[in-house]
Amino acid sequence: MNVTSSLSRRHLLKWSGAAGTIAVAGSLLPNFGISAALGAELGDGDIGVLNYAYALEQLEAAFYTQVLRTPFGNMQVNDQRILTQIRDHEIAHRDFLKGALGRNAIPGLEVDFSAVDFSSRASVLGTADVFENLGVVAYNGAGQLITNPDYLVAAGSIVSIEARHAAAIADLLKPFSAEAAGRGNVDHQGLDKALLPSKVLKAAAPFIVTPVTAATLP
Amino acid sequence: MTQNNSILSAIEPELADTIGTSRRDMFSKYAKAAGIMTSAPLVLALASNQAFGATLPKVIEDTLNFALTLEYLEAAFYKQGNASGVIPSQYKSVFRTIGQHEDAHVKLLKGVLGSAAVKAPGVDFTAGGTYADVWENFDTFLTLSQTFEDLGVAAYKGQAGNLMGSKEVLTVALQIHSVEARHASEVRRIGLKFGWDGAFDKPMSKSAVLAAATPFLA
Repeated sequence: MNVTSSLSRRHLLKWSGAAGTIAVAGSLLPNFGISAALGAELGDGDIGVLNYAYALEQLEAAFYTQVLRTPFGNMQVNDQRILTQIRDHEIAHRDFLKGALGRNAIPGLEVDFSAVDFSSRASVLGTADVFENLGVVAYNGAGQLITNPDYLVAAGSIVSIEARHAAAIADLLKPFSAEAAGRGNVDHQGLDKALLPSKVLKAAAPFIVTPVTAATLP
Repeated sequence: MTQNNSILSAIEPELADTIGTSRRDMFSKYAKAAGIMTSAPLVLALASNQAFGATLPKVIEDTLNFALTLEYLEAAFYKQGNASGVIPSQYKSVFRTIGQHEDAHVKLLKGVLGSAAVKAPGVDFTAGGTYADVWENFDTFLTLSQTFEDLGVAAYKGQAGNLMGSKEVLTVALQIHSVEARHASEVRRIGLKFGWDGAFDKPMSKSAVLAAATPFLA
């Protein structure tokens, strides 16, 4: 896993100055003095948005790690290959954001997947479907809150992967269906949804034990 | 109401509420003038119409026209493809759905641009004979479909920075961007590939996108 994520990050650094800029900027920005014991306040401005993304990626990475650690019965090769790649992507996203945030990163979040039946394919894929689509609407809604264009491109490089995952999960649930091309999530204008952090955090809250607050994000 | 009004009606009410705050006093006025009392997004849309009119900032107008050109290309591709008989029956609902989304994107962008919208380009999906069997050979059709979808994802991503001057337009562009990514993933899946190429999607510059699209413009 570490090999995959560091490779991905190196790959990203190569294609875009944006990633490098983030890493540098992140380490230069002030630390807001967040303590793990107090929970996680996401912070202001771009830092707040990046921490918000980091929180969601932590959730996804933890979920897929558990999915592969305790695979549902009779997991087919196709499911296994796709879920493994998605897990590795979420870990790469999580680690990228953590690195970009540097000392401003919120602590590691404690998660609660007690609502998920990891022995059930339907429960696992149904939860994956929720998380991937939540990721899409979260990044779509957060784009307008970002002020640094490099961060916007970096967020964009993640959100389209989340959307690709969402389609792949929809395809596992219902192969070659209209849903796998977006029906059910895409509206009559051909658009995905976009939600503000307050809405998204509310939807994610049942899965996160650590109190996450976003005092200044809408 | 002109076509322009679709821009904010596309956004979730809460989000539109946030980004439309500055227009609040305007929209009650225009809603009354139009004789309607309806949902916030639609009313905001009216206000938005006033705000943009024919005076979209040049960089946004150019960027949206660039996006519109790609959407015209995609819409024409699926219109022809869905009518050609090249698509095996088990994949028809996927490509019909994709085609509907691309049509909707064309309509939406034309609406936003109003009289500034560029006209649909002439198209040649054989690219001067390189893909002569595009309407008879599903593999060829699939290759082009994947090319256009991945190109769309990279193009929107590459242009996001140019839309930061308008939170409304940026958000709508992001809402299209993730839909293109869903398409790309499912099309790749039909081609027996993973829906992605790594954990981070790359942006493409306008010139690189145009270079890739030009062979298909007649």
